[in-house]
Amino acid sequence: MGKLLAIVLVLIAVLSAYPIVSHMFVLPQDISTHGHAIDEQISETMVEAGISFIGAQLVLAFFVWSFSGRKDDRPLKNFPGGARALVIAAFLLVGTEILALGVMGQKAWASVYFTPAKPDDIQVQAQAEQFAFYFRYPGPDGKFGGIHPEKIDEGNQNYFGLDPANDVEARDDIVSGELVVPVDREVHLLMHAKDVGHSFYVRELRIQQDFMPGLDLSVHFTATKLGKYEIVCTQLCGLGHYNMKAYLNVVSQPDFDKWLKDQAGQ
Amino acid sequence: MQEGSLEQAHVHAPPQGFIRKYIFSLDHKVIGKQYYALALVAVFTGMILSWLMRIHMVWPEAKLPFLEWFSKNGAPGGIITPEYYLSLLTMHGTLMVFFVLTNAPFAAFGNYFLPIQIGAEDMAFPRFNMMSFWTTFLAWVVLMLAFVIPDGPPIAGWTAYAPLSAVGRDAGPGMQWGASLWGLSIAIFCVGSLLGALNFIATTLDLRAKGMTLMRMPLSSWAWFITSCIALLAFAVLLPACILLILDRHAGTSFYIPAGLVISDRLQPHSGGSPLLWQHLFWFFGHPEVYIAILPSMGIVSHILVNSMRKPLLSARVVIYSMMSIGFLSYMVWGHHMFLSGMNPMSALAFSFPTLTITIPATVLTLMWLGSLYGAKIQINSASLFALGFISMFVSGGVSGFFLAQPSIDIYLHATYFVVGHFHMVMGVASLFGVFAGTYFWFPKMTGRMMNESLGKLHFWLTFVGTYCIFMPFHYLGLIGNVRRYQSFVDDFMAPYLGWHKFMTIAALITGASQFIFLFNLIYSRFKGKPAPENPWNATSLEWSIPSPPPWNNFGAKHPIVYHDPYQYGVKGSKGDFVMQDSPEQVVSASGD
Repeated sequence: MGKLLAIVLVLIAVLSAYPIVSHMFVLPQDISTHGHAIDEQISETMVEAGISFIGAQLVLAFFVWSFSGRKDDRPLKNFPGGARALVIAAFLLVGTEILALGVMGQKAWASVYFTPAKPDDIQVQAQAEQFAFYFRYPGPDGKFGGIHPEKIDEGNQNYFGLDPANDVEARDDIVSGELVVPVDREVHLLMHAKDVGHSFYVRELRIQQDFMPGLDLSVHFTATKLGKYEIVCTQLCGLGHYNMKAYLNVVSQPDFDKWLKDQAGQ
Repeated sequence: MQEGSLEQAHVHAPPQGFIRKYIFSLDHKVIGKQYYALALVAVFTGMILSWLMRIHMVWPEAKLPFLEWFSKNGAPGGIITPEYYLSLLTMHGTLMVFFVLTNAPFAAFGNYFLPIQIGAEDMAFPRFNMMSFWTTFLAWVVLMLAFVIPDGPPIAGWTAYAPLSAVGRDAGPGMQWGASLWGLSIAIFCVGSLLGALNFIATTLDLRAKGMTLMRMPLSSWAWFITSCIALLAFAVLLPACILLILDRHAGTSFYIPAGLVISDRLQPHSGGSPLLWQHLFWFFGHPEVYIAILPSMGIVSHILVNSMRKPLLSARVVIYSMMSIGFLSYMVWGHHMFLSGMNPMSALAFSFPTLTITIPATVLTLMWLGSLYGAKIQINSASLFALGFISMFVSGGVSGFFLAQPSIDIYLHATYFVVGHFHMVMGVASLFGVFAGTYFWFPKMTGRMMNESLGKLHFWLTFVGTYCIFMPFHYLGLIGNVRRYQSFVDDFMAPYLGWHKFMTIAALITGASQFIFLFNLIYSRFKGKPAPENPWNATSLEWSIPSPPPWNNFGAKHPIVYHDPYQYGVKGSKGDFVMQDSPEQVVSASGD
């Protein structure tokens, strides 16, 4: 039965690796300026994790094959080099691996979180709520009106709790259920949670960031390909969580300007 | 203690009457079995909940009439509602993490075998021990009450993130009373676990037999000892976290709730709290909890592997130090659950490094097991199959940790099925393999009867292959961006992958069904199994030096004296290729080198 276990282990190693090696499951296309760094990091980690996985399963299979069910009187043997060699090997191999991954991985992380948004970026405020996203553009004055939670009135489409009667800055704010952005231009997304925790995830954009109630966060990104992409919530937020989504619409700059104008005219 | 009369020498008197013997027993062996029974009930409940979730996910229109009978609101017409799916998810996670993965490998086996393996008559505080079980049992009852109250179980997941978990009724169905029961249950569970952990530590440090130095303790005892140190610090943080949650819910405080939240069209009467606080406290417990689940299984598997290999490990000392390092590092990594939570992005790097560093002791452990197999005479039986399967599963679940430890990759993989596959394999399945191995190995000692080997092997093959079929595809689906905690896949891009989800559901149904083989084997062997000898596996540690099952005071009137390291295998002993720990004979090496 030891031999059978060895065969099954080899099969598991091969069959588990096959869908990855044959590219049955690939990441969706990357439409961001920073995403390639994340994708490279994933590929490199895949190689290292894959070698560790297949190597360990095969060694386990080989030893189980060779050393199980022995009826003979061959003496017991010890691994050449003993524990010391293996401990040193683990420290050197894994140590180098994690240093390499850790240092390289910072590059991708830093490009998202440590570089400030560019001065000519477009500011959009995203509000997450059970179970929808709303996006607010500051309008011609370039300023967002203040948020007054007590003024929130979904029936009258006042999702953000704006007070245009008393607040000049709020009067020209544009609110949309779709995140429309111009291509190749940096977007600075200011994130506000209305009720509970949510998350903003666009697979193609390689961006995921939580909305934290009471703490306004921000991310910035540049979309490089025209098209419509799904925005989904990835933080369990209540009964409609699975259905909380919106779309990111990447358009050309002229189309974006026209869209803004149309929205303002409404 | 040894100088007193026999009566004084015993920690407690022999049990009298049914209630003292089987219910409110002070005997660590009965308490261990009680923990095991509770874990067994919880694991089958949790498994059936996962079946319901998997069925609903791929056949959303499936009618399950019995479910309507069970919950009219949750499954009207037998069809699971989106919110009931989240209730099932919450209860599955809570039952499995707390009442199975903490109870079975640690509390159940630890209670039964830690005192015997170190040569003690019972735990240091038998009454505390009894209390710790009955407290845990109460926690389970409180949690299960959530199923029967009209409000239903909570929908906030086993992580119960605030403010969803903290604001009460406005957060949705199950969040009024269901979530309160959840918080109360976990708080009570913490008390039970703290009592247990204290008891384990005191027992290990104070009640070892003569000659049982710390380094002579079997690896399973070492694992339980290290785990109890982790548990003491982890549950001590979760307990106040739960109390604050209950206060937020019922006393009008705002520990976790900031100002200005509008939930269900109602401006919440709270201000000044932080949802991040809950995440920090929860994961300060939550990450060590992963090691509370897996470390005992590492110890159990090491203990069993040595016996099956018929030779000592390359270095038991290295195994002990690796387990200690893992326990120590487990306190520095909680932030890797929160890379995207909005905490300072600098701290992501600070949490990433120790997370990656845990790979080193984990690799050392794996290499110790693998390297020790070289040149051994591996005996294949149900226990050793599960122990070998544990190594395979631990590696498979471990390597995906490489990805998730890196914040940059976490941006893409966070909250996808990749994470679900990762923790199910390493913390769930691997640690259950340790429990299965332990059960097949120790059942003869616990009941005096052998388990059926053919059924055991059948159980192994179905479980081993089945769990790979279920959980490997989780990783692939995560890579394409399949988001977790969704009751159905409404995203268009998921359509081509629904076949994989069906495959996983069918694999889960078959693998789950094969667990009933195990249950049958347990019950059948308990009553009809072959009578077990004192030492059926030719093992060396103290639990095999006493009758099966052991008498109420473990070692009878004698006090065991320990002469050797725990794993004298591959030697020329009077009984065969091993020398028992309490045998005064000289050890003569029989190995080739």
